[in-house]
Amino acid sequence: MSDLMEYQAKELFAKHGVTTTLGKVVETADEARAAAEELGGVTVIKAQVKAGGRGKAGGVKLAKTADEAFEYASNILGMEIKGLTVNRVLVTPATPPVEEYYFSFLLDRSNRSYLCIASVEGGVEIEEVAKTNPDAVKKIAIDALTGVDEAKATAIVDEAAFPAELRDQAIKMVQDLWKVFVEEDATLVEVNPLARLEGDKLEALDGKVSLDDNASEVRHPEHEQFEIREEADPLEAKAKDLGLNYVKLDGQVGIIGNGAGLVMSTLDVVAYAGENHGGVKPANFLDIGGGANAQVMANGLDVILNDEQVKSVFVNVFGGITACDEVANGIKGALELLGDKATKPLVVRLDGNNVEQGRAILNELNHPLVTQVDTMDGAADKAAELANA
Amino acid sequence: MSIYLNKDSKIIVQGMTGGMGAKHTTLMVESGANIVGGVNARKAGTSVELGGKDLPVFGSVAEAMKETGADVSVAFVPPKFTKDACIEAIDAEIPLLVVITEGVPVQDSAEVVAYLEGKSTRMIGPNCPGIITPEESLAGITPHTIAGKGPVGLVSKSGTLTYQMMFELKDFGFSTAIGIGGDPVIGTTHIDALEAFENDPETKAIVMIGEIGGDAEERAAAYIKDNVTKPVVGYVAGFTAPEGKTMGHAGAIVSGSSGTAQAKKEALEAVGVKVGKTPSETAELMRAVLNDLGLKSL
Repeated sequence: MSDLMEYQAKELFAKHGVTTTLGKVVETADEARAAAEELGGVTVIKAQVKAGGRGKAGGVKLAKTADEAFEYASNILGMEIKGLTVNRVLVTPATPPVEEYYFSFLLDRSNRSYLCIASVEGGVEIEEVAKTNPDAVKKIAIDALTGVDEAKATAIVDEAAFPAELRDQAIKMVQDLWKVFVEEDATLVEVNPLARLEGDKLEALDGKVSLDDNASEVRHPEHEQFEIREEADPLEAKAKDLGLNYVKLDGQVGIIGNGAGLVMSTLDVVAYAGENHGGVKPANFLDIGGGANAQVMANGLDVILNDEQVKSVFVNVFGGITACDEVANGIKGALELLGDKATKPLVVRLDGNNVEQGRAILNELNHPLVTQVDTMDGAADKAAELANA
Repeated sequence: MSIYLNKDSKIIVQGMTGGMGAKHTTLMVESGANIVGGVNARKAGTSVELGGKDLPVFGSVAEAMKETGADVSVAFVPPKFTKDACIEAIDAEIPLLVVITEGVPVQDSAEVVAYLEGKSTRMIGPNCPGIITPEESLAGITPHTIAGKGPVGLVSKSGTLTYQMMFELKDFGFSTAIGIGGDPVIGTTHIDALEAFENDPETKAIVMIGEIGGDAEERAAAYIKDNVTKPVVGYVAGFTAPEGKTMGHAGAIVSGSSGTAQAKKEALEAVGVKVGKTPSETAELMRAVLNDLGLKSL
């Protein structure tokens, strides 16, 4: 699932007719000043990061003048919010809400369908409202086949008890937000606050959208524009270019395995083993999938060996469809391809399909960096030990 | 006995003529599964030889069922066309539909699951290794050589952890092993499989493998408490997964404080399910359970 930033979410809102104010996204304080001058009047300077709680962290400020916009933008740009550096701010006209509401559509995994959550008590975290005033939070199930038509939108608006004078606007907005959810293949479309402005105008003052990566791959090539490459971890970006399923973590034992479940399990087993070896931890998640040929293995090793934190590498493969001799040849070929670039010890555990042949290939290779261990737990222990050496 | 799949199952393959489909149809034939044909509208009327067996290609699932008496379909169609392939199989009233395809848009899966309501089809997957009843039949990509027939029922979100656990417990063997898939929205759930294993006389004990994301394991725990009398041993992967990162499977993501491995482990332990820290420890726990039941290893 890919989370979008507020300004990206608002672009999708505008595309589907949801009333919102786009404002201007800028990357420097000078640009923020220029944007504030152009917009005129009081503006809001909002940090653009994929994290909640921006206001509490000091990432949202009201600027009365263009000079203030410059000053606040200088402070906010470069700020860290929940570990994420702020590289851009959104400058929008300040439109003080008269009332604040909450609205979302989301994928409801528990019920394998969709859910609408609406509350006329918005503006704060909805989880808080749900605790303090659960009756004010309405949850309405959506049928995945019939979706949200005008009648359903009307039912939602009436159940949430939006003020009568906003009813028609709310019914239209609910339908437009549903379009965002369905037509963009979102797993979350959230508006908080959904604001009632002066003159009884309903507007999405903030927005959060998560997109389904599978759907983006299959039918939304245009979603690529939302990816901000310079903000990705450099190793994650490199892995993505190589078509690898990689997540950078903060540890010393590089991990390569086949299959998402087995790799997750490998991380855990390495973390347990690390408790006996100076607290070393897994350095990454890397699933090379079913066909672990030499090139894929070399690409994986290349990414992991470029991680300066990595002290040892654990290759954990259960040959299901993949034969272990293919994997062993992959490791052999990868070490040849990498040559002098391969400098860190490799612990290899092979099991399953053609395991004898696979182990024999590595025994014959007799590479000084490669240690074979027969069990997953034993290999994890060895890899942790080497990382702590 | 077994669940969902047995020696009498007649299997067709949707997408049999594609790369993945042809490769795994061959492996299924070689495993001894009764593959009776495939579906590809553009190649209807032809036949393909896979695994030494001449397999007819039909224009639709309905036609294939009529001509062969098939009661299981395994789908290897690309993600873009998976929804339509599922709807076709459901409309043809195939009793069991196993969807191997990875990368299906989640809204497509949600629509298919909604469409299943009130229909006669059971769907397994998508994004799963399928189901194997060792020494009887295989509908999916699980290697048939890992383990033989035995008293353990296995249900797992993960393919490779299914293989790993079958390997760890090959000294006992399995009634049926089913990989339900790692997507956020799937057909057959942990609870469905637990119910079927509970009702299967051949299954004496159940291994349940979960992973981070969603609340399927917590719900399964609640179900076990009220409905399952057979011993259940659990394993959960992803204790070290960071918040907000998808770990390979589309559904494997910790969101805020929900979907953590710790919460799942605690929910299972609270209802008396023993949960292993590692796959090998999980296998040890299961061995102890089987010994307590008076069952001997092979």
